[in-house]
Amino acid sequence: MAETKTAAYICKGCEIGTRLDTAALVKTATKSGKMNIVREHDFLCSAEGVAMIQNDIDNEGVTHAALCACSRRAKTEAFNFPTIAMSRGNLREGVIWIRPDTDAARETTQEMAEDYVRMACAEVKAMTVPPGNQKTGTVKTLLVVGGGMSGMTSALEASKAGYKVVLVEKSAALGGWAAKLHKRVPTREPFKSPEDNGVADMVARIEADSNIKAYLNATIAKTDGAPGRFKVDIAIESGAIAQEDVGAIIQATGFTLYDANKLPEFAYGKTPNVVDQAGLEALAKAAAAEGKPIRRPSDGQPVKSVVFVQCAGQRDATGKHLQYCSGFCCNTSIKQAMYFKDSNPDIDTVVLFTDLRTPGNGEDFYRAAQNKGVIFSKGVVSQVVPSGNACTVKFKDLILNEDTEAQADLVVLATGVVPNSGVNIDAPVAAPAAAPAEAAEGEVAGEVIATIAPESILNLTYRQGPDMPQFKHGFTDSHFICFPYETRRTGIYTAGPVRRPMDILQAQEDATGAAMKAIQAMENAGLGKAAHPRAGDLSFPTVRLEGCTQCKRCTVECPFGAIDEDEKRFPLFNESRCRRCGTCMGACPVRVISFENYSVNTVGSQIKSVEVPDEFSEKPRILILACENDAYPALDMAGMNRNEYDPFVRVIPIRCLGSVNTIWITDALNGGYDGVMLMGCKHGEEYQCHFVKGSELGRYRLSKVGDTLKGMNLETERVHDLEVAITDIATLPQKINDYAALIKSFPPSPFKGF
Amino acid sequence: MSDLNQEMAARYKNNFLKEIEEQAEMGEWVKMCMQCGLCSGSCPTNFHSGWDHPPQEIFMLIRAGKREEVLNAQGMYMCTSCYNCYVRCPRKVPVTHVMHGIAEYAYRIGRAPKNQPTMHLSKTFWTNATKHGRVNEVQLTQSLYFKDGIGAGIKKAMEMQKEALGLVKAGRLNPMEALGMGHKCKDVKGIHAMLAKAEELEAKNKAAKA
Repeated sequence: MAETKTAAYICKGCEIGTRLDTAALVKTATKSGKMNIVREHDFLCSAEGVAMIQNDIDNEGVTHAALCACSRRAKTEAFNFPTIAMSRGNLREGVIWIRPDTDAARETTQEMAEDYVRMACAEVKAMTVPPGNQKTGTVKTLLVVGGGMSGMTSALEASKAGYKVVLVEKSAALGGWAAKLHKRVPTREPFKSPEDNGVADMVARIEADSNIKAYLNATIAKTDGAPGRFKVDIAIESGAIAQEDVGAIIQATGFTLYDANKLPEFAYGKTPNVVDQAGLEALAKAAAAEGKPIRRPSDGQPVKSVVFVQCAGQRDATGKHLQYCSGFCCNTSIKQAMYFKDSNPDIDTVVLFTDLRTPGNGEDFYRAAQNKGVIFSKGVVSQVVPSGNACTVKFKDLILNEDTEAQADLVVLATGVVPNSGVNIDAPVAAPAAAPAEAAEGEVAGEVIATIAPESILNLTYRQGPDMPQFKHGFTDSHFICFPYETRRTGIYTAGPVRRPMDILQAQEDATGAAMKAIQAMENAGLGKAAHPRAGDLSFPTVRLEGCTQCKRCTVECPFGAIDEDEKRFPLFNESRCRRCGTCMGACPVRVISFENYSVNTVGSQIKSVEVPDEFSEKPRILILACENDAYPALDMAGMNRNEYDPFVRVIPIRCLGSVNTIWITDALNGGYDGVMLMGCKHGEEYQCHFVKGSELGRYRLSKVGDTLKGMNLETERVHDLEVAITDIATLPQKINDYAALIKSFPPSPFKGF
Repeated sequence: MSDLNQEMAARYKNNFLKEIEEQAEMGEWVKMCMQCGLCSGSCPTNFHSGWDHPPQEIFMLIRAGKREEVLNAQGMYMCTSCYNCYVRCPRKVPVTHVMHGIAEYAYRIGRAPKNQPTMHLSKTFWTNATKHGRVNEVQLTQSLYFKDGIGAGIKKAMEMQKEALGLVKAGRLNPMEALGMGHKCKDVKGIHAMLAKAEELEAKNKAAKA
């Protein structure tokens, strides 16, 4: 490796030169920063400025450069020097734009700038150029688990993009639920009549596609490896195991209908004339095959009247049934009512709903049904009473506010969906018996994916468990606010109703998106680069195993299950599974985990490089560790809007709150800082953390810092955790100022000058 | 009950929705209501005591087949034709027209209440306006004031004396209208011929439906 040669560049553009004493900054970089080369430039991001830096790299052998100009988020295309280690001193958004141009402010503004120059110099010296993950796999085959509408769509889309696909389906035929449908909700103008379910065409396309290899009657016995080099054992019908090498995985395992047997008040099971939506599809299909009208199961007479009960066992506030809306059942009931009205307009069809929800172009479809004479009544059904070959549906009419009833030959229950997401790996260990009782085999004809498998679907060999982590109501976790395709297992995507309730069209769109994401993940894995959200990042975590105490915090906490344990119970990093959030680094109590360009030292040396004035100067120092995904851009934008804030803060961007090692906080407080403010994303049920669990884990760790503060005889308020969203541009400066005012109300830190 | 009422009830049996769709003007829109209640929320009458069922309830009653309740309802006569609901309906249901259509149908089959004020006004206004092709305001006012008897009429007239005199002074009211004079349409005969033709067409239309 070439000898280390450091350089600092001070830009004078964008008024930096007029607002700051750049000659003094040069001195700072030389004396405090101890940089080998220090240069000023009037306009560093110009072609001329960039050429100057490039020339130093090529001819002076510069290996480490601190660019003191604008935010690290700005001018990234101009300042693109992949061969050297580079840091950025944020003199523009971080200093001159957030400070007033007044004589009174000049001194503190200059001090701020000098500290940022010192920090940039210190940071870059602690960095090395990341070489990229060497343990890559270059397999470019996609595994799709589940051969329903979502799975078939993913397979076809990936094949269209030129990738090989292995498709694994548990049942004997492709098509999933859609194949059980007599017809589907219309997908085209004018959205007025049910259309063909489209399955036969897709199955034919898959069979004709040489890129797609389909396994029927097959399940996944074992999934091992990492993106780009997964090794999958497929248990096939004969009992044998087929092995496939795949680069990425899409889990499209769909849903099971909520068990209508749990609704005894609706007489399901007591009379064959009460069916769920799948039951009606089977009746319609059978009737269509014979060319006859739909008949009453009890006596085979044509149905003259039918009542559809919406939200049967869904959107339930009592806690007994599903709490959520399944999203497609209103449109399905409209479609099923049309089965009757289209064949005979004299059949009475009544849909009893509380809120009719018709996503997509369902509104046109709803109107078409009204025009065809389907009656829609706002009402809540309390009971279905069978009497002979008919049923009495008792309900409360919500518009007329009265209890009333309707007679029907056939009652259809819209029961909603339960995701087939496999084992809940976060469930308490002692509860295998308490696993979802949905396992009972359904009696309905359409029950293909017959059970909610308490058994695993993917059988991952990951240390954190065999299946995808789940979120609310058992749906698999995906970043629902910002990056809906991203799960918590790199290179494994979930698509369709296993991810959230959705209809066929939404599932197909979802499956297409997941296929594109999976392809991207395979390609990045092959290049040794990170996947979302640090796409293209070449750094990866390395561990100094000789210092490891086998405490397992990293293996347990990694939000993406990237770290396994080897036979000797040391952490085993699977770099291709890693998202580079640094949560392991923050968790490590002995600080042996680091990235080439982001480590305990890169941040720690910045903290130490700040000049802390003595206790008589009345110049407190406040450290801000700001999440680079939301908080740091919000601060930058506050600068762009010239929203001023306190000059005594020093901001260091961090990859995630989860990467904050408490040593930084104790170091800062021991070093005489008066306060430490941490800015991270919202966590919990409505998390916005790019790394899903990062901010939550970080905050948990920080909750223990109070004891440390007490031990140091400091006020616990000196460490402040602030939840910041990227939109908090206007409010953030005020929050900083409020916190700074609080710190100023305390006596200066007793650790100054030590 | 009138014959027509019984005849219609017998003809449509339990299907009151179909009866309204075929017989009442704009009745075919009733099925398109999606029960959002924006019509009721927009109504400036604020449903004073005369209202028993706001529009979406009347629509719901029709769909539920409650013939007697609908034909006994007061709601459809209470509409002031401000067209707020018509303008706001997200389903573009012409609520105002549907209400009038139902009211007119109830009247046609003899189910409208006697001396219903809105209906009285409508009839009086129609007779007054069609006579000369323009409204005779004094006579219209008189006939409304004296609707409930001489005593009530005189009392009301005395109350409004000041306003009337003000209108006369401002040239907005011609006292001679009381004697059947005042402004008229230029071609009264033409108007009458036009109205006769319209009546003939409507009768034909209704006969076709009946």
